[in-house]
Amino acid sequence: MKNLFRAAAIAVPATLAASAPAMAQSLDQTINDGFASATGWFVSFIFSPFPGTTFPWIVAWLVIAATIFTVYFGLIQFRAFPHSISLVKGDYSDPNDAGEVSHFQALATALSGTVGLGNIAGVAVAVGIGGPGATFWMILAGLMGMASKFTECTLGVKYRNEYEDGTVSGGPMYYMTKGFAERGLPLGRFMAILFSVFCILGALGGGNMFQANQAHAQITNVVGEFPGWITGIVFAGIVFAVIVGGLKSIAKVTEKVVPIMGVLYVLTALVILLMNANMIGWAFGEIFRGAFTGAGVAGGMVGALIQGFKRAAFSNEAGVGSAAIAHSAVKTKEPITEGFVSLLEPFIDTVVICTMTALVIIITGQLVMDANTGMYLLDEGASTIQTVGDNKGVALTSAAFSSAFPFFKYILAIAVILFAFSTMISWSYYGLKAWTFLFGEGQTKELIFKVIFCIFVIIGASASLGPVIDFSDAAIFAMAVVNIVALYCLMPIVKRELESYMSRLKSGEIAKYH
Amino acid sequence: MSRKIVVGYDGSQSAQAALDFSVSLAKAEGGSVVVAHVLEWSPYSFLTPQELEERHKRRGEELERAETAVLKPIVDKLSGSGVTVSTALKYGHITDTLCKIAKDEGADQIVIGRTGHSGLATRIFGSVAGSLAQAAPVPVTIVP
Repeated sequence: MKNLFRAAAIAVPATLAASAPAMAQSLDQTINDGFASATGWFVSFIFSPFPGTTFPWIVAWLVIAATIFTVYFGLIQFRAFPHSISLVKGDYSDPNDAGEVSHFQALATALSGTVGLGNIAGVAVAVGIGGPGATFWMILAGLMGMASKFTECTLGVKYRNEYEDGTVSGGPMYYMTKGFAERGLPLGRFMAILFSVFCILGALGGGNMFQANQAHAQITNVVGEFPGWITGIVFAGIVFAVIVGGLKSIAKVTEKVVPIMGVLYVLTALVILLMNANMIGWAFGEIFRGAFTGAGVAGGMVGALIQGFKRAAFSNEAGVGSAAIAHSAVKTKEPITEGFVSLLEPFIDTVVICTMTALVIIITGQLVMDANTGMYLLDEGASTIQTVGDNKGVALTSAAFSSAFPFFKYILAIAVILFAFSTMISWSYYGLKAWTFLFGEGQTKELIFKVIFCIFVIIGASASLGPVIDFSDAAIFAMAVVNIVALYCLMPIVKRELESYMSRLKSGEIAKYH
Repeated sequence: MSRKIVVGYDGSQSAQAALDFSVSLAKAEGGSVVVAHVLEWSPYSFLTPQELEERHKRRGEELERAETAVLKPIVDKLSGSGVTVSTALKYGHITDTLCKIAKDEGADQIVIGRTGHSGLATRIFGSVAGSLAQAAPVPVTIVP
């Protein structure tokens, strides 16, 4: 029975690198087995495929929701795109509100929580399994996810709590309680509690252990093997200094360096594409060919589709509810404006950054193709495509970039570590918000969560706790199950806000300041 | 003719010199002085989620502090000087905001103090005086 659960847990595609120090092997084993038998049912439930297929229902759940929001709000992601850019630029911000949280700042902070390993390692996994065609489905899912973000972030701002001392708290738990009460729907409180529980688990897992684990894997890639607890303690120390000690300087440095890293990453990708400008047409040809014919990849066209959809969802978190927490501090009289701004997030994360990663991997010829048949060659076991140098995950991305610029692997390692760190800081905050929602605010209560969070950094970095991390990933997606039900129930409210705002924008009642 | 002078004031010694100059000028010509204090701020800076949550509260505290520690002592000190003194407290880019205050107040000139930086630091970071001289809608006086 135990083995069955373990097998189910391992079957979950996660880009984990084995980094267990030998001395902790037996302890790891014990923890793994115990944890797997306790939580395996939950992991296999969340990631279980539809009967007779390999298509996980949770992926369908996210994509169907995104499609419904796209249709319900009349292609809002395209209609409102230019207006979203104006809002971010500050065209509609009252100059007298200078010094408050701007749309740009809310967007940048939310982005630094989502841009990360999903864009670098996740895409490589998708293209490595699903072929170039996965890129097409990933972009499509990213475009549709924009409507999910729009919905959740509008609600996040509308139902946030504004306290007397001027601080604000927002997120799904608040629109579940207040929004459901307003519409006279039952179970709002229950869903908020359920969401908060999943959010805490997701914060400790996907937002923490997974990040620490991958950061350690990157460091060992560059400097060679050493025990993970060393990385763990250093990381935990820094995280502790920031979230408990209130050491803003480190957070400030990261918040500045992360966007620079993101821009550098995209620019490098663009340079590589320009160096191979004559191949760009071919690469897009491959993407379309793969998207509709499969081109010999495992699972054919459906395999490419699952990989693309899955990675987009893992990467941009649209529908998960985390972004609604991050966006809710913005200064605006119109909640819908933050919805408009937030729809840029999946666009930047998935349509721009993820696509760059995929194009670089394709264009630098990392995937091995049979020149005669035009089909991709598969590895033994026929589940992944053969790559030059047999690289997988983040190593594949690293190899693709390094083929043009050999030194880039060091920059990439630094980028991965910084992205991991900023994702941890963001998720420590999301987790804390869920924690205080459940247990109330107060110094001691908050400190307990923060200390637990730091301990999990060490655990995540020092051991290859596959099932633990799989469980945490599952918890993030469980957040989406609860959150999307709430979005369905509350979407008429968003529609009302949208119609009111659009008519006032048209009549000129809402006008630019500049 | 009644002249209106906007003086950029940050509490520093050179700002004090600029203020003294403005007051004596206003006295001589029967004008008024607007003491402008700008809190450096960019809507495009990056903040952590925790900072976002507390921003509104912090802004209130910063304005309060600037009002009591920087502007109020000046107004009190100048209350018996015979010159009409008002204040302006804003967030923003220093140069742009001073220009905007001058425009909104209908001022005739802007007076600022000299920072005393020269050479490398100015080349890297630019100088308020330099950019103000280029951008101001009214004459600018720089007081050493």
